[in-house]
Amino acid sequence: MSALLELEDVEARYGPIHALHGVSLAVEEGAIVAVLGPNGAGKTTTLRAVSGTVRRSGRIVFAGRALGRTGPARAARLGIAHVPEGRGTFSELTVWENLRLGAYTRRGSIKQDVERVLTYFPWLSERRRQQAGTLSGGEQQMLALARAFVQRPKLLLLDEPSLGLAPVLVAEIFRIVRELNEKEGLSVLVVEQNAHLALQAAQTAYVLEAGKIVLSGTSSEIRADDAIRASYLGY
Amino acid sequence: MERLKAADLGQIVTGAFLLAGAIFLLVGCLESSNFATYTVQGVGVGMTYGSLALALVLIYQATHVINFAQGELAMLTTFIAYQFTKWGLSYWEAFSVTLAIAFVLGTVLQVTVIRPVQHRSVIATVIVTVGLFLVIDGVVNWIWGGQFQTLPLAFGFSSWDVGGVFIEKYYVGMVVVVLVSLTAVWALFRFTKLGLAMRAAALRPAAASLAGVRVDVMLAIGWGLAAVLGAVAGLMTQASPLSSLDPAFMQPVLVYAFAAAALGGLESPAGAVVGGVAIGTFLTLLVGYVPQISSDLQLPLAFAVILVVLLIKPSGLLGRRQVERV
Amino acid sequence: MRGRLPALGSLAVVAVVLAVLPFVLSDYNTYLAAEVGIFFVAVLGLNILTGYTGQISIGHGAFMAIGGYTTAVMSRDHHTNLIVTMLLAFAFCFVVGLLFGLPALRLSGAYLALATFALAISVPLLTDQWSTYLGGTSGVQSSETKSNLWIYGAAWTASAVLFLLAWLILRGRVGRAFRAVRDSEIAATASGVEIGIYKTLAFGISAAFCGVAGALYVMASNGFAQPDEFSVLLSLQLLIGAAVAGLGSLWGVLAGAAFVGLLPNISTSVPVVGNDHGRDVVYGLLVILVMLVLPGGFAGLLARVRSLVRT
Repeated sequence: MSALLELEDVEARYGPIHALHGVSLAVEEGAIVAVLGPNGAGKTTTLRAVSGTVRRSGRIVFAGRALGRTGPARAARLGIAHVPEGRGTFSELTVWENLRLGAYTRRGSIKQDVERVLTYFPWLSERRRQQAGTLSGGEQQMLALARAFVQRPKLLLLDEPSLGLAPVLVAEIFRIVRELNEKEGLSVLVVEQNAHLALQAAQTAYVLEAGKIVLSGTSSEIRADDAIRASYLGY
Repeated sequence: MERLKAADLGQIVTGAFLLAGAIFLLVGCLESSNFATYTVQGVGVGMTYGSLALALVLIYQATHVINFAQGELAMLTTFIAYQFTKWGLSYWEAFSVTLAIAFVLGTVLQVTVIRPVQHRSVIATVIVTVGLFLVIDGVVNWIWGGQFQTLPLAFGFSSWDVGGVFIEKYYVGMVVVVLVSLTAVWALFRFTKLGLAMRAAALRPAAASLAGVRVDVMLAIGWGLAAVLGAVAGLMTQASPLSSLDPAFMQPVLVYAFAAAALGGLESPAGAVVGGVAIGTFLTLLVGYVPQISSDLQLPLAFAVILVVLLIKPSGLLGRRQVERV
Repeated sequence: MRGRLPALGSLAVVAVVLAVLPFVLSDYNTYLAAEVGIFFVAVLGLNILTGYTGQISIGHGAFMAIGGYTTAVMSRDHHTNLIVTMLLAFAFCFVVGLLFGLPALRLSGAYLALATFALAISVPLLTDQWSTYLGGTSGVQSSETKSNLWIYGAAWTASAVLFLLAWLILRGRVGRAFRAVRDSEIAATASGVEIGIYKTLAFGISAAFCGVAGALYVMASNGFAQPDEFSVLLSLQLLIGAAVAGLGSLWGVLAGAAFVGLLPNISTSVPVVGNDHGRDVVYGLLVILVMLVLPGGFAGLLARVRSLVRT
């Protein structure tokens, strides 16, 4: 059985800067996979390569379909929801409008999807008319997650969800992600600097350094190995 | 973390000023019949300025490009309407067909000429619109120039006598038509999925594409809409019996629209319309009551207004202060 | 031009060509070549503001107007030597540019563009206001006129002098400060660059250059300064010239000046378009085409060619 997402020898560049030097990884259906590594290793770029936000070469296969020159809009329609670094919420629009935007690619009534989303984020229904920019950082992160979920994606790309948030909120976010994964079967590729949290949520992890994968394995293996934790993950 | 204030002090002060202005106009109308006539005229032409200004703002909001060809495009579509009336269509039939053509023209221009440059350089894109200005001006002059022609009047040329005050029907007509089109555009943006997608594409194109929105398509549609608003402005400018269908007729209107957009804030659609009405009424009243000021001076006056407003409030009356994130 | 004088060889070639040209060209073509020289000075000036400091202006035609009227009025009233009037235009426009630059500090991007647009439209209209002194629509006539050859010489000599001046300004601290402002105002402030001073200075310098261009422009119009000559279209021409020129190359400025100086006049001879309107259409299409193909202007093209040659 082939994986939901497969990257083979993927390279990416920002103009003259070569950010990824041949990255290969796989996300099985229903799994949570973490990509770890220090700042500047290319973790965000990896996610951007999948959603087509950055120019890349190499082989990327999603749900059996090769993503050649697919751009982000098309990737979204194919079932990839990318929650970028900085959340990508529209501060000037209301909470409700942000959610509606998540349903842009869906046809027909979105009532069911929205109701489902509200079961995970019940506080959203009271705040629908609030301008998204007035929400706190943690609330915006959850709104971004909610919007991604309204898309009913097969794969969620989550970029540094813990950035700038208090530990309590981060734990909550990871809890929701795990719930979405278990109950809805949502596959997740999460990029995190906070390796500890990521390894608790994920089953498999890859460690990226200077644009290359230096290590991969199940999260229990990696957590158990003190040497790896010390040298690559900093804890 | 961004926390947006609901309204900053500047906007409140501006709102107060506008309210005071509106009350002044109302009282003036009740006191003097001349004042009322001028006010109706001012609001009428002001709405046309506002329509063109809105077109400018729509494009600016989405792309940070000032479309110098907006006025000429409006003029071109007006001449196309004229041609349709010569071919036998009634005024309102020609009007409707022209709006559709304007939409197509706007989207085609965006796709062929603007899209290739817009990502690479804002200034190059602006220059392209200048080139478009020249091309359209030349083409219209070539085809229709040199002859005297008029568009059938949309609302006739009679006026109503309302208790001693003469109110020209065509000015009221202008206001109604522009209001209807503005409402339609507002409803599109506020209530439809497409409108939401367009707003998202204008606000944050990168985030919008991640949600599945094809930003390029949204921009093309935006240009189409702007062209429709421009066509409305052009056609309504011609609804006054005092105007002649001359290829240069939209050039002063473009200047007033710039003034309105600067006044209202380039990022504020409401500001553009309010700015247009403000400039229209201000100039009409001034020319009407101050004999030293001939109608020729309207143009530089509009610009004096721009300069003064920008000096006091650099982002326009209704615009938000631009905050740069470090 | 970025701190590196173009190869002495190419400068020499240009100098020789310019010296020989008037003997080879007809009188009318000498006049055209002089116009290119005039635009060279103006585009050079505008480039300092838009290209190097990143501030947009659709109003530099106004400074040409001020410079031009300075020349005409000084010549008419005081019979001042025309070369001296060029210096006066330079100085006067420098001051006016600084004065405009100060309030303009609060504006940026499109708002600055609109303010300069307002300037471009209003300044020619001012001649109507002070019509007793400035002649209104009938304009101001200088007390002497010069031959096309003289103007050609004056224009290209001014170009050479001002080019050298620009090079000296841009290679030093001032130039670096300008570029810092263009690239990131925030970073510039953080590094201690007084943005206000440099932005205002850029306005002043570019206005001064355009003032000289305006003076020459009037001389080229038989010494006659008229408001119609300085309409908004002139400011748009300058902007087109600066955009076609691109950034950072002497050849670019030359290309930009040639584009706006020659093309509108040459299009008439294209057989398909016999009339004025056809000429506008062709010119407009060319402008669009050039921007589509070379959004970085001529300088951008040269940079690409150079990098290709190096690899």
